[in-house]
Amino acid sequence: MSALTILQAGPAMTVQDLGRPGYRALGLTHGGAADPIALHEGAALLNQDPGCAALEMAGSGGQFSADSDTRIALTGAQMQVSIDGEPVAWNASHLLPAGATLTIGGARDGAYGYLHVGGGVDVEPVMGSRSSHLAAGIGQPLASGDSLPIGKDSGGETSQTLPRDSRFGAERVRIVASMQTEAFDDETRTRFTNTTFRRDARANRMGARMDHDGDGFATGGQLTIVSEVITPGDIQITGDGAPFVLMCECQTTGGYPRIGTVIPCDLPIVAQAQPGAALRFEFIDLDEALAAETRHRDALAALPKQRQPLLRDPARIRDLLAYQLISGVVSATADPFEKDKT
Amino acid sequence: MTDWPRIRSVGLSGLLVTFAEKMSEPANRAALAFRAAVEAQDWPEVSETSTSLVSTFVQFEVSQDAITTMTDRLRELLETRDWFAEALPAGRSLWHVPTIYGTDLAPQLEEAAEAAGLDPDAAITELSQSRVRVLTIGFAPGQPYMGELAEHWDIPRQQGLTKSVPPGSLVVAIRQLIIFTNASPTGWRHIGQTAFRTFRPGSEMPFPLSPGDELVFPSITRQEFDRIANDPTGGAEREALT
Repeated sequence: MSALTILQAGPAMTVQDLGRPGYRALGLTHGGAADPIALHEGAALLNQDPGCAALEMAGSGGQFSADSDTRIALTGAQMQVSIDGEPVAWNASHLLPAGATLTIGGARDGAYGYLHVGGGVDVEPVMGSRSSHLAAGIGQPLASGDSLPIGKDSGGETSQTLPRDSRFGAERVRIVASMQTEAFDDETRTRFTNTTFRRDARANRMGARMDHDGDGFATGGQLTIVSEVITPGDIQITGDGAPFVLMCECQTTGGYPRIGTVIPCDLPIVAQAQPGAALRFEFIDLDEALAAETRHRDALAALPKQRQPLLRDPARIRDLLAYQLISGVVSATADPFEKDKT
Repeated sequence: MTDWPRIRSVGLSGLLVTFAEKMSEPANRAALAFRAAVEAQDWPEVSETSTSLVSTFVQFEVSQDAITTMTDRLRELLETRDWFAEALPAGRSLWHVPTIYGTDLAPQLEEAAEAAGLDPDAAITELSQSRVRVLTIGFAPGQPYMGELAEHWDIPRQQGLTKSVPPGSLVVAIRQLIIFTNASPTGWRHIGQTAFRTFRPGSEMPFPLSPGDELVFPSITRQEFDRIANDPTGGAEREALT
């Protein structure tokens, strides 16, 4: 089996997939990638299943090498990246030759970058998922010297790219009412939606605190609320009146009141907001939210069709003659999962 | 007709049925019994159910129609009986979890006893004979909130936080006990230490405890504790409750 070795690990790197549903009653939240859209993008670039696990890199990447030629894709927050010193494109797939060094630097326009490999990162699943859930004690942060097994790659083209998604740097985040929204009076809710927040530096996979100027957003009965179910996206108002958006690795229950909940398709905007980034929350009604979710699901399903070859200027390719320019033709329209449908 | 139980929507995730404004034994029992009843209906739309202290959460793919249909069904099910008088669901377990009280392993036993108005020996006797129920699981995977203890254990959380208690710590406040899953800071007082692991990823039974299970914490000596300290089951014994 092929392996990806981490020569030098960034500060907060973990293996993530689409998460581990079904354990809320037993105190374990869904977890999974902080930006699940990025997992779908990586899968579209490599023409594989979005359930394949990838490396999630918070803030900055690291150095990697593989012991055999490996297809890779890079998605999520844009990071400086090179293969053996040669800069390559983000939001694209590449061939990482055996023994070459892949170097990934700091995030420029978001918080979480993703490194995907053809066949997926094949660590042993725990309760149906390969996701680390550090808050729960599942998995560990990746460290320099770690070697990760790579699953069997069904193969396919590389040097493909996707259009950049609008979630990076977006300000508007759509929310819907939740069970405690009415505990906040009209004036407080209006002030909340009229406020431009800044994402606080204190943010991680459990939650992101929002800063603003002016008074906090307390409810009348703040202290008496009994501990209640939490869903990712809930915006809880903590004791000092500051909103805190709960993310994929949050707790399953909590005693702070929730003013609303971010709709699932907009949660990656909050996940990818950089420290200090401006965010505004806007209440939408249920029909509008459901329509947005449907459009989002359709867009994810259509990602493979958006894939296109990376445009490269042959004049800028230093070793043009070293390329095999005609062999290895594969069908651009073949569906690798076709065989599973019969 | 009272305001309770109430049905509220939880974002785009589902519906929450809440039985009371505050924690109480009957409301917790109602939430547990109602969740079991919802599970027994086996509605195909329902993807997941859970309970918090006094509520049952029903997760399903939300749409306007689905909310209307599910609200009607839940209301109909609520009207079938008095949930506050309902028995606890079947299939629960009673656990005996050996516990060392006080000593350097659990340094706040004396302080907690004083807050409860007891001398330390009387507190140990009482705590080691109290049978408590898992009211809910939360904060960390498999981590039980258990109660309720006698009223004199309605002691507040301490003002400052204890920097860290180890996994398996037995802590007390507000008539409830918790066994910590992971090392954690806490405002609850550390009165006992168990070797019981409440979350065992990778094992056949990753979550030994379920909401509604009952527990007792018999007192053991340091010698006995040292013997079970590295056993993930913590020397616990389990009996079926019928």
